[in-house]
Amino acid sequence: MKVKVLSRNPDNYLRETKRDIHKVPRNYDPTLHPFEAPREYIRALNATKLERVFAKPFIGSLDGHRDGVNCLAKHPHQLSTLVSGSYDGEVKVWDLTRRECISSIQAHDGFVQGLCAVPDGSSFLTCGTDKTVKQWSINEEGRINPEPVVTLLGKTVFQQIDHSLGHNSFATCGEQVDIWEVDRAEPVRSFTWGVDTVHAIKFNPIETHILAGCAVDRSILLYDMRGSAPLRKVILKLKSNALAWNPMEAFIFTVANEDYNLYTFDMRKLSMPLNIHKDHISAVLDVDYSPTGKEFVSGSFDKTLRIFPYDKGHSREVYHTKRMQRVSVVKWSLDNKYLLSGSMEMNIRVWKARASEKLGI
Amino acid sequence: MEANVTKPFVKKKQNMKRYFMEGDGKELSTNKASKDMKKHSPEKKGSKPIGEKRFKKPIKMRTYSDKDGQQKTQQVFKIDISKTERHRKWQMKKQRQAQGEQRKLQHRKHMREQQDPFPGDAPIPKERIQKYERGEHIKDTGTRTGQGSRKLAEQEKKLQFAARQAARTEILLHEEAGFLEADEGEDTTSITQHDLAGVVDITSAQKFFELKLPDFGPYSVNYTRNGRFLLMGGVKGHVAAIDWMTKKLLCEVNVMETVNDVKWLHQETMFAVAQRQWTYMYDNQGIELHCLKKLDCVLRMEFLPFHFLLASANSKGYLSYIDVSIGEKVAGYSTQMGRLDVMCQNPSNAIVTLGHSGGTVTMWCPKLKEPVVKMLCHQSGVRSVAIEQAGQYMATSGIDRTLKIWDLRTYKMLHSYKVPMGAGQMAFSQQGLLATGMGNIVQVYKDSCRQEVKAPYLTHNLTSSVRSLQFCPYEDVLGVGHSTGFSSLIIPGAGEANFDALESNPYQTKQQRKEAEVKMLLEK
Repeated sequence: MKVKVLSRNPDNYLRETKRDIHKVPRNYDPTLHPFEAPREYIRALNATKLERVFAKPFIGSLDGHRDGVNCLAKHPHQLSTLVSGSYDGEVKVWDLTRRECISSIQAHDGFVQGLCAVPDGSSFLTCGTDKTVKQWSINEEGRINPEPVVTLLGKTVFQQIDHSLGHNSFATCGEQVDIWEVDRAEPVRSFTWGVDTVHAIKFNPIETHILAGCAVDRSILLYDMRGSAPLRKVILKLKSNALAWNPMEAFIFTVANEDYNLYTFDMRKLSMPLNIHKDHISAVLDVDYSPTGKEFVSGSFDKTLRIFPYDKGHSREVYHTKRMQRVSVVKWSLDNKYLLSGSMEMNIRVWKARASEKLGI
Repeated sequence: MEANVTKPFVKKKQNMKRYFMEGDGKELSTNKASKDMKKHSPEKKGSKPIGEKRFKKPIKMRTYSDKDGQQKTQQVFKIDISKTERHRKWQMKKQRQAQGEQRKLQHRKHMREQQDPFPGDAPIPKERIQKYERGEHIKDTGTRTGQGSRKLAEQEKKLQFAARQAARTEILLHEEAGFLEADEGEDTTSITQHDLAGVVDITSAQKFFELKLPDFGPYSVNYTRNGRFLLMGGVKGHVAAIDWMTKKLLCEVNVMETVNDVKWLHQETMFAVAQRQWTYMYDNQGIELHCLKKLDCVLRMEFLPFHFLLASANSKGYLSYIDVSIGEKVAGYSTQMGRLDVMCQNPSNAIVTLGHSGGTVTMWCPKLKEPVVKMLCHQSGVRSVAIEQAGQYMATSGIDRTLKIWDLRTYKMLHSYKVPMGAGQMAFSQQGLLATGMGNIVQVYKDSCRQEVKAPYLTHNLTSSVRSLQFCPYEDVLGVGHSTGFSSLIIPGAGEANFDALESNPYQTKQQRKEAEVKMLLEK
């Protein structure tokens, strides 16, 4: 007769020394794993619960402004530098690691309406209600030279300013959209479509000659810097407050609208939004994309920040504090870890992008 | 004229001599010369004498002065080296070398350009992939959008890939299942345990042993989930826990009361003993941990490992479930079907099956007051119930001396066998072998569910009647508790050869055991 009885050699199943890892033989036969689906469900449920337990997103606040914060700008190369402008014309440079103000200057007489960094990191531009655009140089430590490098005078109030990433030119918006070059005192080109003010303007980070702007007549306009006339216009039901381009997809942008929603459009087909993001309970005031392009953050008149995935209609996370009032500007840091929100009670708050992430802070 | 023969090439070879001739044209007589005579035909033009080489032509006469000062002349011959034998041989050698080089280069090129004769993954038999598939294939059932149907197709692809990869991992399994093949003309039924123990290796032979404990009554046995530890409870009160492979005793205690049933809880650290009045829980050192007064007069118990529930059936017809991790009674129902002493658990969905004296088998779930399923299985009382590992087949035996196999998906009877007496105990092994205990005899049937079985696979006669049976998980061993003690029998092909260490590991260290306990509790 032929016999074989199962006999295992313990040496094959036990580790040899204490410094080795344990031996874990596997067998994926489903009969050995009863209740797979319920166990997996329980594990997922517990993981989500623990994530909520460890969710402590608020890191700290930067206080020092004497009036509400109107605009924020990220330094293109240094993660720990932040520039902010407020309603009393003051511009401050912050060191995020120590949460201290490095330097501050009185940039404008009225509001600092717009703030943007020049891509090479050596200077940044501000525009204000006193109809001027000023360029300030900033050194590596973050100190601003109190004298502006260039001051450009305009005829009308400027609402916002943005610098192109590929060209040495920037755009301002107000009564009309102007394209400037730094060394020229007059705008190189001006775009008008109708008589209404354009109050937000943003350059496409990938197709660097394309701009998009939001106008008071509830429309969103597309311009090409090299062309002579605006490209396209789409009119929504309510006014859009802010606009952000997706840094990973060349043709996608999201607008923050007064009707408590955010709309994601494809630049090539403006007739229908790709997605409508609904979760805010009051007007959405600002929007900014994560550097991965997979998520964006929006700040609204209801005193919350919400984080939305780019393709979903509802938010995955909401941040709020009793002390934070109307959120006027939000930014997502370039290392994809932090959110910055500037609000009406003169504070800039630093939050974690993923609430239960361990950051060692 | 005399021509002195000068020999500029003073070589020792004999052959060299033939290149030089004496002035009168007479050749030195060598063997070669005679051969040449055969080669060359006398009719060649040039009218050279026979023996002279073809390649040798006299060019001129050369005069020189001797050491004496005499003037001498000599014939100067031109030798066409390319026609010599030596040259020919050298040429052949060169040719052969060149050929060899060429062949080597060709071979290398051939090896470089050769394609894999079996490109792609190794083929996997369809049945193996089917084993790893869970559920039916996704069919394109009228999704309204193209995007939707594309998503379903992607999902289906992922599932198929997962099943294929799982099937491919089978190559990594260490062990193979045991088997027993009888010689021609012989039957496996006639093979005894002593024969088997004599033939197999020493570690397997040690798995056949008997513990003679005649004093404390028939023994109930229970193995832990990983098959390492054995718990025995004698009716007269003797309870012992041992590591049966190393024969190391964990604890031994006499509880001084009738013991109806013993069961390990989730690990080898705790066990429950159903005593005469109440149920007690003990540590593996034998220390009494709890006395559960809620479970009174319990006759049979079953532990549901994935829910941490201890189900107990008592003599008053009451079935109760206790959560052992929080110590609360989860559910209790009075079944109103009389004394409950036949109980079994369905391992795949944790349904408790009870057998009754009217011939009915009922299945219970902790959430429902009424039994989920009520089947009339036998014409008289049900003596024992056993359910297969995968939860597909159920075996029941009754006092009417029949053994029936039921399909649990359709609840229809598949086979019915007549047995000499009602099987009081039954157990299924991991590989589908069915063991029955009828009086003093233990019979094991192979593959009884899928086909009609004519004869048992193995039998064993004991000295006393069988009280309880259980196959040891992951081992080819059947543990039998009987009136005079405990026997461990070798049944080749009973246990699952390859365990999954993340499920249950017979070679667990203390650290691994602790972590496994925490993980089990988290997944409860």
